[in-house]
Amino acid sequence: MSTNTRTVRGLLGTKLGMTQLWDANNRMVSVTVIEAASNVVTQVRKPETDGYAAVQLGFGEKAARKVNQPEAGHFAKSGVTPRRHLVEVRTANAADYEPGQQLTADLFSAGEQVDVTATSKGKGFAGVMKRHGFHGVGASHGAHRNHRKPGSIGGCATPGRVFKGLRMAGRMGSDTVTVQNVTVHAVDVDNGLLLLSGAVPGPRGGVVLIRSGVKAKGVPA
Amino acid sequence: MTNAIDVVDAASVRSDIPQFRAGDTLKVHVRVIEGTRSRVQLFQGVCIRLQGSGVRRSFTVRKISFGVGVERTFPLHTPIIEKIEVATRGDVRRAKLYYLRSLRGKAAKIKERREPTGA
Repeated sequence: MSTNTRTVRGLLGTKLGMTQLWDANNRMVSVTVIEAASNVVTQVRKPETDGYAAVQLGFGEKAARKVNQPEAGHFAKSGVTPRRHLVEVRTANAADYEPGQQLTADLFSAGEQVDVTATSKGKGFAGVMKRHGFHGVGASHGAHRNHRKPGSIGGCATPGRVFKGLRMAGRMGSDTVTVQNVTVHAVDVDNGLLLLSGAVPGPRGGVVLIRSGVKAKGVPA
Repeated sequence: MTNAIDVVDAASVRSDIPQFRAGDTLKVHVRVIEGTRSRVQLFQGVCIRLQGSGVRRSFTVRKISFGVGVERTFPLHTPIIEKIEVATRGDVRRAKLYYLRSLRGKAAKIKERREPTGA
């Protein structure tokens, strides 16, 4: 699929943390505060030249001495200062964007449904109970030193091996996670802040990508 | 980093809340919305706990209603509170007065705090 028909708005931001506030009905809302300032269009991908339509966004500052020459050339071409994070957002209306164009938090409006993509917190080497939600082994009834173990991992002579993909202990977290249909509670344009209701993946200070929701319904395009 | 969150919190934090501590008797005026009209309900009792900080701070008020102990926990900065009146200052040695739950009648009475004279 080289043609995408959806128009998607995207914005990179930093997760600052969570807090709570009250909505118009005096109901408490937990919000994640995202700082989405200094987004800039670094390149526009066109179907004629690149085979697809997309907007490349740059976010975060990077010292000029830390930028290698290919990167420096890339940023110079669009006439922007070097950015730390680059991401492409595939959208049908990519031609409407100009390289060097600044994007701010007002790209999104309150009440809109968005998808948030980020790298989840790393959990290290985790056992099957934490990693896959196994129930473990009984706490008593003679269970001997195997309370959190997975139990059997397969048969004996048939099949004579452990099936591929069997869920076992291992590295958990630090995965790219997308949460869909996150409601934008409010947009603070002056401070460049987005308030998303509920939680989003990643640690405080982590970079998150906010895109218009794939499954959002009944929202202004 | 957290400064930006403080900016968000500042919008919700109320400045019209009086200072009080555990042991004080409070009159909490709560806005109740019934259908289309709203009225103010009074919840009066002893503050047995203050918990949390910043916009998350909350307090619990305990009263005896028709012989049954009733506790209600409010976020300190919630907009449903019209106002809080401190009826009496209590003289207590604990920050959390959970021991009041097992006391009845006169034993559950809290001495009034005498403001330190001089100084």
